[in-house]
Amino acid sequence: MSRQPYVRPISKTTWYMRNGRYKIYMLREMTSFLVVFYTFLTIVALSTLAADSPAAWQNFISSQQGPGMVVFHALALLYFLFFQTFPWFKLAPKAMPVQIGEKKLPGSYIVIGHYVAWVFISAVIFWLAGAL
Amino acid sequence: MEIRQIELEVMRYDPEKDKQPWFQQYTVPCQEDWAILDALNYVKDNLDTTLAYRWSCHMMVCGSCGMMVNGEPSLTCKTFVRDLPGKVRVEPLENFPIERDLVVVLDDVMQKLHKVQPYIIRKDDPPPEGVEYTQSRGALAKFKQLTMCINCMCCYSACPQYGLDNNFIGPAALALAHRYNLDSRDQGKSQRLDILADHDGVWDCSFVGACSEVCPKHVDPAAAIQQMKIDGALEFWKQKLGFPGGES
Amino acid sequence: MKHIQADVVIVGAGGAGLRASIAIAEANPDLEVALISKVYPMRSHTCAAEGGAAGVKRSDDSLEMHFNDTVSGGDWLCDQDVVEYFVEQAPRELVQLEHWGCPWSRDEDGSVAVRPFGGMKKERTWYAADKSGFHILHTLFQTSLQHPSIKRYDEFFALDLIQEDGKCRGVVALEMRSGRYFHFSGKAVILATGGAGKIFPFTTNGAIKTGDGMAMAYRAGVPLKDMEFVQYHPTGLPGTGILLTEGCRGEGGVLVNKDGYRFLQDYDMGPETPLGKPVFKSMELGPRDRLSQAFWHEQKKGNTVETAWGDCVLLDMRHLGAQRILERLPLVHELAKSYVGVDMITDPVPVRPVVHYMMGGIDTNINGETPMPGLFAIGETACGSLNGANRLGSNSLTELLVFGKRAAATAAQYAADTDGPANQADLDEQAEAIVSRIRELLQCNGDETISGIRREMMNSLEEGAGIYRDEEGTEAACKKIAELQVRSASIEVNDKSNVFNTDLQGLLELQNMLDVAECVAEASNARKESRGAHQRMDYVERDDENYLKHSQSFRQPGERPRIGWLDVTITRSQPGVRDYSGGKK
Repeated sequence: MSRQPYVRPISKTTWYMRNGRYKIYMLREMTSFLVVFYTFLTIVALSTLAADSPAAWQNFISSQQGPGMVVFHALALLYFLFFQTFPWFKLAPKAMPVQIGEKKLPGSYIVIGHYVAWVFISAVIFWLAGAL
Repeated sequence: MEIRQIELEVMRYDPEKDKQPWFQQYTVPCQEDWAILDALNYVKDNLDTTLAYRWSCHMMVCGSCGMMVNGEPSLTCKTFVRDLPGKVRVEPLENFPIERDLVVVLDDVMQKLHKVQPYIIRKDDPPPEGVEYTQSRGALAKFKQLTMCINCMCCYSACPQYGLDNNFIGPAALALAHRYNLDSRDQGKSQRLDILADHDGVWDCSFVGACSEVCPKHVDPAAAIQQMKIDGALEFWKQKLGFPGGES
Repeated sequence: MKHIQADVVIVGAGGAGLRASIAIAEANPDLEVALISKVYPMRSHTCAAEGGAAGVKRSDDSLEMHFNDTVSGGDWLCDQDVVEYFVEQAPRELVQLEHWGCPWSRDEDGSVAVRPFGGMKKERTWYAADKSGFHILHTLFQTSLQHPSIKRYDEFFALDLIQEDGKCRGVVALEMRSGRYFHFSGKAVILATGGAGKIFPFTTNGAIKTGDGMAMAYRAGVPLKDMEFVQYHPTGLPGTGILLTEGCRGEGGVLVNKDGYRFLQDYDMGPETPLGKPVFKSMELGPRDRLSQAFWHEQKKGNTVETAWGDCVLLDMRHLGAQRILERLPLVHELAKSYVGVDMITDPVPVRPVVHYMMGGIDTNINGETPMPGLFAIGETACGSLNGANRLGSNSLTELLVFGKRAAATAAQYAADTDGPANQADLDEQAEAIVSRIRELLQCNGDETISGIRREMMNSLEEGAGIYRDEEGTEAACKKIAELQVRSASIEVNDKSNVFNTDLQGLLELQNMLDVAECVAEASNARKESRGAHQRMDYVERDDENYLKHSQSFRQPGERPRIGWLDVTITRSQPGVRDYSGGKK
């Protein structure tokens, strides 16, 4: 008799299938695979450079310019945009609220600030890439 | 007033009889302005007196009646029949052991509320008896939203991190700690940091954000936790670089 | 049965119980406090209080004015020594809460803000938007967590008191989760179990407010005082009975009938005040008893608005504007929208009087002492005669604090001065007898139901002991409750489980409510005058000659309660006329 609290089992491997919120979260977390891929790609690029062989470097560049890879990079960019950039920028006002007196600075200002910074930093990188 | 027959599917569990939970169906004639809690009360009063659940205020403030309604952690006094077409499934809050029917065991979260030291901690003396602190409206606005938590624990039920590892201090308790950290009358931030920045503290949160989405009082614990991460990181570097401790 | 030893046992962990626990823990950290509650502390009904807590704050206000408002608000049935102590301590206690972190709303200069309230001559109601009770409760609960001498027993249902030679020695409680019985021995026991609004069909009170402490004391032979005084709050949401705080009117909301007419001016509370410019102690800032009675007359005249939930009048707040409503009254704005589908920014809200508060309760004095040595009571469950025949809004939250602290000090002293029981075996036997009574309940057979008897009890009280009463009605209610007492023995508890048996709890609560209800009906029957919240159609005048007295209901097992009378303490304010014309008379 008496107490026997029942613990509902949670699957360690499929828990995120329980609701849409968790699925979207997992899709967000799956960008980590792309991060791994791009890290690997950067290492390859660096080692090619280190090999000091213009032909090898040219090969590497060409390998990234085929239609398959261009489509892949475009899709990866979209994936990052939808599952990292947009949601995180949207959440920025919550993580970094700015309060002036009694009032909170409208969240949209902080979000817009992030997009402006993003465009600016991208422009600087492109400029650097072009200049070099 | 219009009456609608609702099929209510309620999870039942009596440890003295059942090996595991099961669902019982009730047909409840609901008035159009009823909340799910009213439907449960109808069952209790008219159909089945053995159904166990917690409730009290019926005005969204005591926090007793948090349950899963159609899979979503909800305050049943604030979840209306009119918004739920079709069958309604009511279960005890997820991520907690079931004591009986819709009643869950809350010991763990009660300890966590205690653990984060949710009270004013002073290093200096407070003003003398009868003399109040001055607190600007702006200073109050900083933490006001975080004082709205009614401890319904819907956020713990929504948090997959807590579900997988209940060592995690979790949303409501962390938000409560942040509430005191942000209070201009408090000086306990660095004392709480040891608990909050510890292994089971803010860094266990992977920002799923579900806690804030289900919070019936718009406390937004997810935001509080992210703010605490920033605070914690700043504090860490301040100490590394030898700045005087950043006390609020 | 498990035995727990403590110095002071406190039953109820709402505002009063928590304040008392903290007071003992601070002053005597060596005393063990056992804090028993049938719900987790945050669930206690203190959380539902909205408007605020009264205490003199402004320089143009004075203790004298607060005293006079309270005494005249209570129609001179207040014990004036109690009121004097109360108004003097009130500001100190409210500042104490501020030191503990209560998020009081603030003025521009950063000091705590105060708002006007019904029956008060100045702004002196401290508030935290419209969730004042909620914030007070959570502040007290969180503050209590730092005191290791407070041992909490959450979700323990207290059953009955243990006594020895007329002294209270402890309490027996049922642990809801396990079905185990606990015998809490204490040198002093403080009851802080809240009111009993659930004896009425339409109430602002939560499900837990079933008069458990009142009934336990009553069964132990302690009288309940002034039980005929039941406060109807004039502005409850129809259907659910959810409270729309008096702060709505304090901020400038007005009450109108179906013709859009501010009817309060017809009931001695005029002249009409300009819209959005409330005048203290007149019209909408009159006391609750008068406003609820005015509704009753409007309904009789056919001036009320018909709604899906019955007759209502309208609370019009549109002129306050969205910003003020959302800043100062966010909760009630949300509640009205959710439960009756009305946005108070754009439309008037239907409201009607709703049972809100018991002025009566366990007979206590200024120290929270009951006539039984070792037994103390505080908060709504007690009647220390601060509120007299009608409580002023925002006095009760402060009452929890002031008398929670004072009773705690008295109880701690009593515990320190008292030896242990002479005969422990006898106490254990009493505890066993209490448990046997409960076990027998589980074996009862019959075709009565908890909800059926409860419904009949509620309806008979509403009929016989509502806003207006007469001999016929109160007598009928007395008989009906007596009949229900007998019939309740034929209720079968279907749930036989030991674990979280809310069916059994429901029956125990019903028995408690019936005990409280019989006192309300009997005291209403016995007081043959009209005073404050007790209005008799057959005795329409106040009768100071015969009834400037507190009623006391004594239990007589198997019979209707006996009513006794107790003198009112008057120090400096002789009974006079209650003037709610805003000084225009």
